[in-house]
Amino acid sequence: MNGSVKSGAGVVASLAFALAAVPAFAFTAYISNEKGNSISIIDTDKLAVTKTVPVGHRPRGIALSKDGGELYICAGDDDLIQILDTKTLAIIGTLPSGPDPELLILSPDGKLLYLSNENDNLVTVIDVATRKAVAEIPVGVEPEGMGLSPDGKVLVNTSETTNMAHLIDTQTHKIFANVLVDARPRAAQYTPDGSELWVSSEVGGTVSVIDAANPKVKQKIAFEVPGLSKEAIQPVGLRFTPDGKRAFVALGPANRVAVIDTATKKVEKYLLVGQRVWQLAFTPDTKYLYTTNGVSNDVSVIDVASLKVVKSIAVGSFPWGVAIADQ
Amino acid sequence: MILKHGILAALVGVALAAYPYAADAASNIEVKAGFLRVPHTQETLSILTIPAADDAIAGARLAVEDNNTTGSFLGQAFTIEDIRLQAGDDPAAALNTLIAHGASFILADLPAASLLALADAAKDKGILIFNISAPEDSLREDNCRANVFHVAPSYSMLADGLAQYLVWKQWRRWLLIKGSHPQDELYAVALVRAAKKFGAKIVEERLYEDTGGGRRSDSGSVQTQRLIPVATQNAPAYDVLVAADESEVFANYLPFRTWDPRPVAGSAGLVPMSWDGSHEQWGAIQLQNRFMKLASRRMNARDNNAWVAMRMIGEAATRTGSSDPTIIRDYLTGPDFAIAAFKGQKQTLRHWNQQLRQPILLGDGRMIVSVSPQEGFLHQTSELDTLGFDEPETKCKLQ
Repeated sequence: MNGSVKSGAGVVASLAFALAAVPAFAFTAYISNEKGNSISIIDTDKLAVTKTVPVGHRPRGIALSKDGGELYICAGDDDLIQILDTKTLAIIGTLPSGPDPELLILSPDGKLLYLSNENDNLVTVIDVATRKAVAEIPVGVEPEGMGLSPDGKVLVNTSETTNMAHLIDTQTHKIFANVLVDARPRAAQYTPDGSELWVSSEVGGTVSVIDAANPKVKQKIAFEVPGLSKEAIQPVGLRFTPDGKRAFVALGPANRVAVIDTATKKVEKYLLVGQRVWQLAFTPDTKYLYTTNGVSNDVSVIDVASLKVVKSIAVGSFPWGVAIADQ
Repeated sequence: MILKHGILAALVGVALAAYPYAADAASNIEVKAGFLRVPHTQETLSILTIPAADDAIAGARLAVEDNNTTGSFLGQAFTIEDIRLQAGDDPAAALNTLIAHGASFILADLPAASLLALADAAKDKGILIFNISAPEDSLREDNCRANVFHVAPSYSMLADGLAQYLVWKQWRRWLLIKGSHPQDELYAVALVRAAKKFGAKIVEERLYEDTGGGRRSDSGSVQTQRLIPVATQNAPAYDVLVAADESEVFANYLPFRTWDPRPVAGSAGLVPMSWDGSHEQWGAIQLQNRFMKLASRRMNARDNNAWVAMRMIGEAATRTGSSDPTIIRDYLTGPDFAIAAFKGQKQTLRHWNQQLRQPILLGDGRMIVSVSPQEGFLHQTSELDTLGFDEPETKCKLQ
């Protein structure tokens, strides 16, 4: 980790925000603003937006290069992926993407980008070094979420109208299993030990737990929030702590993040965040979880140890994606 | 076909438990649907709403494409056959043709009387009918049928969706103006009921007589800007003019021409509807883009209802691994059915009359202004059941 240790002034500021007094590292969070056509850049030490960078139209999915030097941005309405230099904050190039790119994920070795093309029922594989598309994989209707097994051997794509998780062999680029889940699947994430694949279903209102070795749904996790109709509970973003003990699930217009014990699959707590909570990302030290809240135009910061929401940070219009860099 | 029988046996044996694993079956299933339609009138007040030649059927075709993409992973193939009828034709002959061609599912874009005739002709023939356009409440109440699923919202659902918004706006005093055709009266009755249900007051009810003649002419605006003020003058104090004109006679003439400067709602102005070409929230833009690619035009409410109906069939076939209408019917009416249809929440069936629960969009044809149910209208089962006739008041006895 090459983040710099906080300055004394930073510690004072941090105390004022009632955060841990232990010196932490300053990271940089990138937030894509779907309607703002911009990226908000947050200093996680100052808990404030330091800069807003105008980018292409309808930016949604974002991902950092392995060294954190480049941010790949799906500019859906421009049908391209922009490359933002994270030092100069200039757009330094584009990647071929096919129409309406929505979400992307970087291979563990950082060499390939896998992205979903919502309008074309395709997953496109791009070689980052040559900036060329090397494969197109036909999937179901409205491909959305992208996940990778920890060893990088299995790529998972969810298709929103087909309602499946497609499991793709990253060597052959062929689908080897299709698993039906509840309506409008969104995020797909492997547990850190690679034994389970979890898929959130926005309209179905559940998270499906799939056995990775024998790809079948073995359990579904449902949610219940007193005073909220079942239709308002719409699971979208999904993240595991690196130790695999807890899962955090963004519940969309329920304005809550569910905290789940990974072993028992029980919901431990619902954390009230901003409106229409969408995507999630941990700071690299896993102390904080950032959530994008589309309708309230802000980001909520959750203290992972205490399971408390400690801060809201106003960002651009309709924040959607979030990625956090080491430096 | 051995595999298929295996699936059926599994379904009989362990019922619901078999559904999650249906995706693994390498089955080869054909799902055949038919589309029966009587083309809608070309006599519209605005040229923008003249129905295209592929009105409604285009939505079904898009869903067939979507279902086939999903089906390619499961060995399921979907087709639809289009039959156009003339107004007044007996749909029974067309029904027999479709049955002879192997169709078990029929999407009906038919007037209420034809739809009922179709439902009765199809009784005991193992056919499921999906009503994609007839809004009459009677089809869901006194005249409900067990072989009909209603994808289109009813007049009462539309009227309630509008009323909730007008009441939320505190526009509680309505001047109601209705046309002289039977359909106009049905919509007006639903609006009167909605006013009572949500605490609005109809200050006066007026009739706009259809005196015949063409809908459009070169110098139309010169006349209408004199006619409409006269038709709306001397009204008691009111907040909003609510029009029931299902027959395209006058409603679209009302906005900006009323005697008192008041907003217009109902059949023109702020219109309650199940879908509109301008709707793009909740991922709807993806459906709109796919539809534009297929049909070179925007998706209207009938196109969308047809898409939803065909997707319901596809969803049931995917989940059950079957094309058997009995199994499809059990799935659609069972506890696990829900469809994602780009209106912000899951849509399910009212078991008592087989009406699809759904949000109602309120728009002016260029923008979606709001979506009902409005915040604060609560219900013990589903807030969507604040729209239209609810279970305790239903007269439907499915048979």
